[in-house]
Amino acid sequence: MASGLHESDVANPVLRWIDARLPVITMMQKEYGTFPTPRNFNYFWNFGALAMVNLLIMIATGVFLAMNYTPHTSMAFDSVERIMRDVNFGWLLRYVHANGASMFFIVVYIHIWRGLYYGSYKAPRELLWMLGVVIFLLMMATAFMGYVLPWGQMSFWGATVITNLFSALPLIGPDIVTWLWGGFSVDNPTLNRFYSLHYLLPFVIFGVVFLHVAALHITGSNNPLGIDPKGPQDTVPFHPYYTAKDSVGLIAYFVVFAILVFFFPNMLGHPDNYIPANPLVTPAHIVPEWYFLPFYAILRAVPDKLGGVALMFGSIAILFVLPWLDTSPVRSMRFRPVAKIFLFLWLIAFFVLLYCGGKPPEEPFVTIARVAAAYYFLYFLVILPLLGRLERPLPLPESIARPVLRGGGPLPVGAMSKPMEKA
Amino acid sequence: MADSMAPGAPEDGGTRRDFLQLVTASFAAVGVGALVWPFISSMNPARDVLALSTTEVDIAPIAVGSAITAVWRGKPIFIRHRTQKEIDEARAVPLDQLRDPQTDQSRVKKPEWLVMIGICTHLGCVPLGQKPTDPKGPFDGWFCPCHGSAYDSSGRIRQGPAPTNLAIPDYAFETDTKIRIG
Repeated sequence: MASGLHESDVANPVLRWIDARLPVITMMQKEYGTFPTPRNFNYFWNFGALAMVNLLIMIATGVFLAMNYTPHTSMAFDSVERIMRDVNFGWLLRYVHANGASMFFIVVYIHIWRGLYYGSYKAPRELLWMLGVVIFLLMMATAFMGYVLPWGQMSFWGATVITNLFSALPLIGPDIVTWLWGGFSVDNPTLNRFYSLHYLLPFVIFGVVFLHVAALHITGSNNPLGIDPKGPQDTVPFHPYYTAKDSVGLIAYFVVFAILVFFFPNMLGHPDNYIPANPLVTPAHIVPEWYFLPFYAILRAVPDKLGGVALMFGSIAILFVLPWLDTSPVRSMRFRPVAKIFLFLWLIAFFVLLYCGGKPPEEPFVTIARVAAAYYFLYFLVILPLLGRLERPLPLPESIARPVLRGGGPLPVGAMSKPMEKA
Repeated sequence: MADSMAPGAPEDGGTRRDFLQLVTASFAAVGVGALVWPFISSMNPARDVLALSTTEVDIAPIAVGSAITAVWRGKPIFIRHRTQKEIDEARAVPLDQLRDPQTDQSRVKKPEWLVMIGICTHLGCVPLGQKPTDPKGPFDGWFCPCHGSAYDSSGRIRQGPAPTNLAIPDYAFETDTKIRIG
C-alpha cells in the first residue's frame, strides 16, 4: 500500500495491473460476487434487477430512435411514421421503446409493492426507499415527456392538460405555465425542450439508481421474513445464487415483453395518438397512459382544481414520509395479520383508481374514485400510524435459517451442519 | 479594533475567518444566482414568439348565429355573432347564480359580437359549441367534453369543474368588420 497501489487478488496479470490502479474488479467481486445476501429471497426480489435491465433497454432503444426522430411540430409525427415504415427495424426499436415504458412501470409497481408488503422502507432503509421514490418521480416525468414526442392528438392534449395542472398554483401559476411552454400554448418550443429533457432524464435516473444501489449495499437487502441476518448461516453469496435466480425471472420478463411487442404492440397505447396533433380540436375522451391512471383518477375525484392537483402530487409525496408513518417495528406483513388485510384493501383501491381513471368523469365512477382515493390516504395517514400501536404481531422466527430449514421443529443434522461450518 | 484584527481572536462571537467565509459564501451564492438566471430566462417565450402577439380577423362573413375559430398565439379564439335570443338569455341571468360573477355587458364591446379565448379554464381543452352540430351544453353556450364544464351564451362558467369564465383577450374593432386581437 505504500506505493499507493491496491493489492489485487486477480490472477490474470493484465487485469491485475488494471485492478491495482483502479480496483473495479475487486469492487464488482465484493458487491456482486461474494456479497452476502439473505438466503430466503422469493421471486419478488427479482424486480430490482429487472428494473435495471429495463432502464438499459430504454436507453439503448432511445438512443437509436433519436437518430431518426425530428423534434419539430411540422415533422415529428411524420418522422415517427418514417421510423415505423422506412427505417430498418425502426418498428422494432419503437415498439420495444413504447412497450418498454409499460414494462418498466409494471416492474417498478411490483418492486414498490414488494417494499410495501415486506416493510423494506423501514429503518435502516428509509433513505434507500426515498431514493426509490425519487426514481419513480423521474420515471413519471420522463415517460410523460416521451409520450409527447410523437406529436399525435393524445401527445398534444396530454401535454396541455398536464402542464395546465401548474396553472392551479395561486399567483405564480399562469407564469409558470408560460415558462414551461416557452410560449402561450403547447407548441414547437415545448416539443423541443421536452425532447431535450427526455434524453437527459434517463441518465439522471441512472445516477439516482447508482445511489439507490449504493445505499442498498450499505444496509443489505431486506427479505420475506423482514428480520436481519444474524450470521453467515442466514446468507448466501450473491453469485451464483441470485445471479441464477434473477436470470430465471429475467427470462419470464422477456417472454411477457416479447408477447407485448410482437403480438399486441398497440394494446396499451391509444389509437388517437395516430392522429396528428391539432391544437384546435380536443379529442372527446382524453386519457393518460395506463400507468398514470390511478393518479389521474385522484386528480378528477376532487371537485376543486387546486385541491385535485394537490392531492394528486400528495399521493406520491406521501411515500417519502411512509417510513415514519408506519410505527410498527415489524417489517414483513407475514407477521402482521391485521395490517396485511388493510394493505390488500389498499392494493384494491389502487386498482379501482386505475380503472376509474380510464373511464369518463361520470357517475358512478366519480363516487367510486372518491371512496378509493379517500382510502388510499386513510391507509397511510390513519391506519398505519394507529396499527403500529394497536396490532399484536405474530411471533417472529428467531433466524432466517430456522424456518428455511424445516419450520420451527428440530433441525436435521445434515441441513444445518454445512452453513454452520462457515460461521 | 486592533484586537479584532488578531487572527482567531473572537469578538462578539465572530472572527476574521468567520467574516471571510460569510462574505465568500454570499458572493458565491449571488454569482450562482446570476449565472442560473439566463438559463431559466431562456425557457420563457422568445422574441419571435412574442412578435406574433397580434392577429387581425375579418368578421364580415360571419352570419348572425354562427361562429368562427381564429388562432392567436397558438390558441383558439371563439368569435361568435350572437342572435338576439342569445344576448337576452345571457343578460337575464341574475349575477348571484354565477360562479364567477360578470355581467354580459362587461364581457363584450358590441353586444352581438362575443370574442373569447376558446380554452376551458379547467385544464385547457377546447370546448365544443362552435359548429351548429356541436353539443352546446345545458346553457346554450359551450360544453367541454374533457371534464364536463358547461358555459352559457356569454361564455360564463355555469356547471362543472372549471373555476372561471372563458377568458376575454385584448381586442379592438379597427373597423366595423375587422378586429385586432392582442
